Amino acid sequence: MLTDHDAPGKRADRAAPEFTLDRRDAVPALIGRHEDFLIVGGLAGTSRDVAALTADGANTYTMAGAMGGACMIGLGLALARPDRRVLVVTGDGELLMNVGALATISVMNPPNLAIICVDNGHYGETGYQKSHTSLGVDLDKIAAGSGIKVTRTISVEQELPDASRLLREGNGTVFVLLRVKPTDPPAFKRNMDPAICRVRFRTALLGRS
Amino acid sequence: MEGVDGSGRWQDDLYDLLRRNNVTQFAYVPDAGHRILIDRSLADPEAQSVALTSEEEGVALLAGADLGGGRGVLLMQSSGTGNCINMLSLIKGGRFPFLTLVSMRGDFGEGNPWQFPMGQAVQPVLETMGVICLRVERPEEVVPTVTAALTMVFQSGHAVAVLLTQKLLGAKQF
Repeated sequence: MLTDHDAPGKRADRAAPEFTLDRRDAVPALIGRHEDFLIVGGLAGTSRDVAALTADGANTYTMAGAMGGACMIGLGLALARPDRRVLVVTGDGELLMNVGALATISVMNPPNLAIICVDNGHYGETGYQKSHTSLGVDLDKIAAGSGIKVTRTISVEQELPDASRLLREGNGTVFVLLRVKPTDPPAFKRNMDPAICRVRFRTALLGRS
Repeated sequence: MEGVDGSGRWQDDLYDLLRRNNVTQFAYVPDAGHRILIDRSLADPEAQSVALTSEEEGVALLAGADLGGGRGVLLMQSSGTGNCINMLSLIKGGRFPFLTLVSMRGDFGEGNPWQFPMGQAVQPVLETMGVICLRVERPEEVVPTVTAALTMVFQSGHAVAVLLTQKLLGAKQF
C-alpha cells in the first residue's frame, strides 16, 4: 500500500478538490468593506485582488517585488498604528518565501493585525507551476504551529462570513487561509511605483508625505 | 552597566539617543554586539522589541513602520546583511528611510574564518543596494555618527548603515 510519504504526487491530486472558490468572488466577500483596513498586498495576484477591490486606493500598499516581505510590512504598520486595523493579503508563494515571519508575528501578536493567504497552490505569475501547498504543505498548520492562536482554512463560500468577522474582531493576530482555484486575479492596472505609492499611503494616513 | 572598556556607557548613550529621536521599533536577530540595546528595548514599555528569525524581516518591518508614521532600527551582525539584499529593493525602490546598526565580524582581529566572506562583503554589498555606510572605530565616535545617521535617514529620507567595527567592539576570542 502506498503511503503519503511514498507518493507525493497523489497528495496533490487529493488536495485539488479543496481549491474550488473563485478568488474574484471570494476575496471581496472575505474582506468586505475595505475602508475598515490599512491593507498590504503581496505580489502580483493578491495585489491585483486588492487593487481591483479598492480601485488602487490610498489605504493600500501593494507590492510587485521584495518577495517574502508582505507580512512583516503589515507587522511594522500594525505596531506603528495600534489605532487602526491592518490587513495583509498575500499568496501562498509569497508567504512560503518567508514563513519565519509567522513566528515573529506570533511572538508580537498585535491585536490589530490580520493576514489572509490566498492559496491557489500555484505560482500564478510565472506560469502556474505547482507550489508546495499543492504538494502537501499546509500554511494554516504552519501558522498555528508558529503560535498564531486564531487560524481558519476557508474552502467553501458558507465559511466566508465568519472569517470576515474574525478579520475585524480578533484580540490577537488572525490568520485566514483562503483556498481558491488556480485562475487569474482581476485584470486591473495599478500604480506599480513603490515610492509614489509610499507617498500616497502616508499622505492619506498621516496628512504628510 | 559600564564594562572595563567603557562599552556599557556608549551603548546606553546610544539607546537614549535613538529613543530621544522617536525610534520605537527595535528589530534584531540576537547578537552579543547589540546586547545592551536589545535588553534596554525589552525593558522599555514605550518601545517595541521585535525578535526576528531572519534579518530581511526587519527590513520589511521598518518599511511598514514608516508607512504608519513610526520609526525603527534594525540591529544585526555583518552576516545578517547578506540575508537582507533583495528585501532592500523595497527600501531603494520605495525610497523608504532605513537605519541599521551592524556589529561587524570577519574584520579586524577575527579568529573565525567563516565570518570573513560576508564580513568583507558588507560595505560593497550594502552600497550597491543604495545604503550609505558610516564606519565607527572609537567609542567617542558612536553618538556623533549615529546622530548624523538619524538626520540622514529621518530628515533626508535615505538608507544608512552604521558599521560598528571590531576595533570598537573587540574581536571575539576563540
